[in-house]
Formats: sequence, structure tokens, C-alpha cells
Amino acid sequence: MLKDITLGQYFPVESVLHRMDPRFKIVEIMLFIVILFAGDSFWILALGTVFVMLAQRLSNIPMKMIWKSIKPILPILAITAILNLLFIDDGDVLFQWKILKITEGGITTSLFMMIRIVLLIIGSSLLTYTTSPILLTDAIESLLSPLKKIKFPVHEMAMMMSIALRFIPTLLEETDKIMSAQKARGATLDNGKLTERVKALVPILIPLFVSAFRRAEELATAMECRCYRGGDGRTRLRKLKAEARDYIGFAVCMLFLTASVLMNILIK
Amino acid sequence: MNSLSILETEELTYTYSAGTPFEKTAVDHVSLKIEKNAMIGVIGHTGSGKSTLMQHFNGLLRPTSGKVMLDGQDIWADKKKLRDVRFRVGLVFQYPEYQLFEETVYRDIAFGPKNMGLSDAEIKVRIAETAEMIGLSEELLGRSPFALSGGQKRRAAIAGVMAMRPEILILDEPSAGLDPKGREKLLRQICDYQKKTQSTVLLVSHSMEDVAEYTQKLLVMNKGKLFCYDDTPAVFRRTEELCGMGLRIPQIADVMHVLRKKGYDLPQDIYTVEQAKDAVLALMRKGGAVC
Repeated sequence: MLKDITLGQYFPVESVLHRMDPRFKIVEIMLFIVILFAGDSFWILALGTVFVMLAQRLSNIPMKMIWKSIKPILPILAITAILNLLFIDDGDVLFQWKILKITEGGITTSLFMMIRIVLLIIGSSLLTYTTSPILLTDAIESLLSPLKKIKFPVHEMAMMMSIALRFIPTLLEETDKIMSAQKARGATLDNGKLTERVKALVPILIPLFVSAFRRAEELATAMECRCYRGGDGRTRLRKLKAEARDYIGFAVCMLFLTASVLMNILIK
Repeated sequence: MNSLSILETEELTYTYSAGTPFEKTAVDHVSLKIEKNAMIGVIGHTGSGKSTLMQHFNGLLRPTSGKVMLDGQDIWADKKKLRDVRFRVGLVFQYPEYQLFEETVYRDIAFGPKNMGLSDAEIKVRIAETAEMIGLSEELLGRSPFALSGGQKRRAAIAGVMAMRPEILILDEPSAGLDPKGREKLLRQICDYQKKTQSTVLLVSHSMEDVAEYTQKLLVMNKGKLFCYDDTPAVFRRTEELCGMGLRIPQIADVMHVLRKKGYDLPQDIYTVEQAKDAVLALMRKGGAVC
């Protein structure tokens, strides 16, 4: 079912990582990504793997869910690996057939890239698994709030984001329902030629758009009824507050950062 | 009533999101036989698994375990024939008007029959018949479905499934959100459709009055399990059990119950206002009033 798509879906279990301040989590993930991409030795990847495994332990997210987040990017992984394998010409030639050449450098680079992408995906899905969309947008709003000084509509952007995120599951459910309804009338969605498949989308997309517009209008009315008029002077139900665990987590991340910088310097 | 069964389930079980924290068994070992040519009500508390069960009848959901059999054939035996099953078992979802998409009502109703591969001439005949049964005027057929009123949209959407002439028609709360007059009219038309086509109609409803008035048999779901499947009066006789699962009996039956308690000699098994009126009139003619 469509609902099973996990991308960016919150996984509600109890854990330290769930309770951490989302602002810290976002900054830490950004640091993690920087470390991954700045580093160019396998040692950095090993460090990243330790970091991710530690985070997974702390998050109580089952390995099954982690695997679920990697599954959709397997094709991308395969393509990157193959391209790197074929086009990097570096080091000893291990295998040659006409113009195709596989070198030692190609193998190491493609392995390196694959691990890097997998770590990136696991890291960021741990963020979305442990943080509800609402908290995520709250955190983004708070992190971007300095931009208000240059008249950037931070609150409006965050509100749009949280509404969009809020409606993803609703619209997926709606799509599921419309698909079922049209299937009940004999619509075929999963076979036939490309043109037929595109045509078969019409009975799904039109009702979906109609209902999306209807929902948008209803939501706007409901917000106005509750006197919504933008972010000025608006208080929050949930105030983001950093606690000891957040500072400890941040310290650990800084430790990893220092370690990786040192590694980079030493290995060079 | 013909007692030959057309649709059967064997130990049908369905679990949502197995293996995640959201896991839930929506249908739990349900075995039943649905007969030909009958008007059957389906009742149950919200979340009792009615809708999930209905979606198994036309193969939209695949059972986690157990079987669904149409005319003795397992519908999942040959996946290619699944589409034919959907033509034979028509399912109208709740708020079906949200599935309308064509430029005209006529073309929207024709969507199902066209998928069946019927000829244009045959489709035309069917649409004319269906539109008449459901109360859509010829003038409406040429209009855009989005320009209709709520009740008309509902009718157009129901007609889209009826026009396929399914042997079993399942309607999930067809009258939800309509005004009282519209409800009564729509249910009456569905009833007439059933009589005319001699098919089986399953009516999912929250209104005990509606099912008492229009159905001969009742299928009661409770917490994913089949509570009972019996003649409508026989089900309503189990008043206390029904109340225990968040359902009730028709209001008029309550009134009759109180009257009987007060000593009026009224028969049991009165579940519609019409029956009650006749019984009370008969009693008055006999001069049987006591108090």
C-alpha cells in the first residue's frame, strides 16, 4: 500500500534520540554530512559507521526500518557504483575487455561512494524517524529565525512546510482510496502500454486535485476562523528547550568532528 | 428467498501493517456465506472491520490468511481474473462522489461498463436504465459531475457501479451526509434496484432504523470478529448484546418494549414504524387498551 512509504515518516517509540531537541539534531546531522563529504579516507567512513550505529542504538529504531529506508535508493547506489567502476582510471588495471577497463582505483572509489551514500541516508532517516514533522518544522523555524532581520518570511515558510508535511499522509490515504474506488470500477493501473498507463492516471489525478483544493480551502477557512494572522505575536504550545542530554549529544558530535579533522590532516 | 450462496469466506483474516507498531488485526477469522438475491445489512461499531471486510469481497485487499470464494472459486486463485471479480462484485465506497472525474455524468457512469468491454449501444441502454432507477434525469447526464448538488453527485457515483450490473452490490454508507428525505429516497431506490435485478445488495449502515426497514438479513461485526449473521428480527432480539458492543435497536422497538412492559398486548419483533403503526391500530380496534 502507498501508506507503507517510509520516507520522512516518524516512527513513534520511546528513546533518548526522540526526546532530544530537534534543533540540535538538525545541526548535528548537518555536521555529520559535512564530515562524510569532507573526509576522503576509509577511516572517516569507519568513524561515520560507528557514529550511525551509536545513534541507532540510542534511537530504538529497529534495523528493519533502517533497511526500509535504504531499499528505495538501491538502484541509485548500483548506478553510482557501476559508473565509478567503469570510468575511473586509476591504479592497477585488474580487468580489461575492449574499451571497458576496471582498475583498483575504480573499485575503491565505488565502494567508498556506496558506503558514503548509505551512511548519509541512514543518518538523515534517523533524524526523520525520531522527530515528528511538526517538531522538525518548529526547529527549522527557530534555526532560521535570524533571517527575519532581512525580512525573510521564516514563519510563513515554516507554516507552509508543516502544512505540506501534515497533508502528505492524508493525501496518500486519499490516493489509496481513490485508486481502490477506480479499481472497483475495473480500472487497470499496473499493466498495459505506457500511453495506456498515463491515461489510466486521469481517473486518479482529477479527483485527487479536486479534493486537494477542497481541503486547502477548508483549512484556510478553519485557520481564519481561529484568527490566524501570521507569526507576529504568536506564542507556542511547545517551547523548544535544550537540556543536558542535548549538550552531551552535541559534545559527542564535536568530538567526532575533531577526530575526523585530525584524521584528515594526519593521513595527508 | 433463495438460499443458494454466491459468496463465501473461510477463516478470513486481515492484519494491517504487520510487523510495525501500527499492527492491527482488522478482520479476524470470519467465515460466512452470502446468498443470492437478498438485501443484507452490515452493522458494527466504528472500527469493527466492516469496511475492511467489504474490500475483501471484491479482491481489493488480499487476505492475510483464509479465503474468499465467489461461486465456489477462490478469487485469488488466478490473479488475472481478479478484474472480472470486481465487475461481478461492485463496491461503492463511502462518499463515492469524491471519485467522479469525467467531463459529463454520462461518461463517468460509462467508465465501469467501458472497462468491461461492453459495446456503446449496450452501455447506452444500461446507463438509461440505471439513471432511471437511481433518479438521475436525462438532462443531468449531459452535465459536468462537478456542477451537481451533493445528492446528485452521490447518485451519479452509485450509478457508476450499478451500471456494471454486478451480481453483488456493496454500498458503504450510501446515505451518509444526506438530508432525511434524500436518505429515504435513495435507500428506497437501492431497494427497488435490488428487487428489479434480483441481485444481492450489502448495505453498510450506522442507522438501525434503515437496516430494520430495508434489509432481510444482518451481518454484525464486532472488533474484527463476526458477531452474527442472521435474519434481521433475530438479530434485534439480542438487544443486550448489541447494546454491549456500542450498537442499539431501532428506536421504535424501544418504544414497543416500554409499551409491552406497561401491559399493552403488543407482539414482539416490531422494528419499523410501519409495523408498529399496524400493531397499535390492530390493538386499538380490538379495544385492548388497558391502562
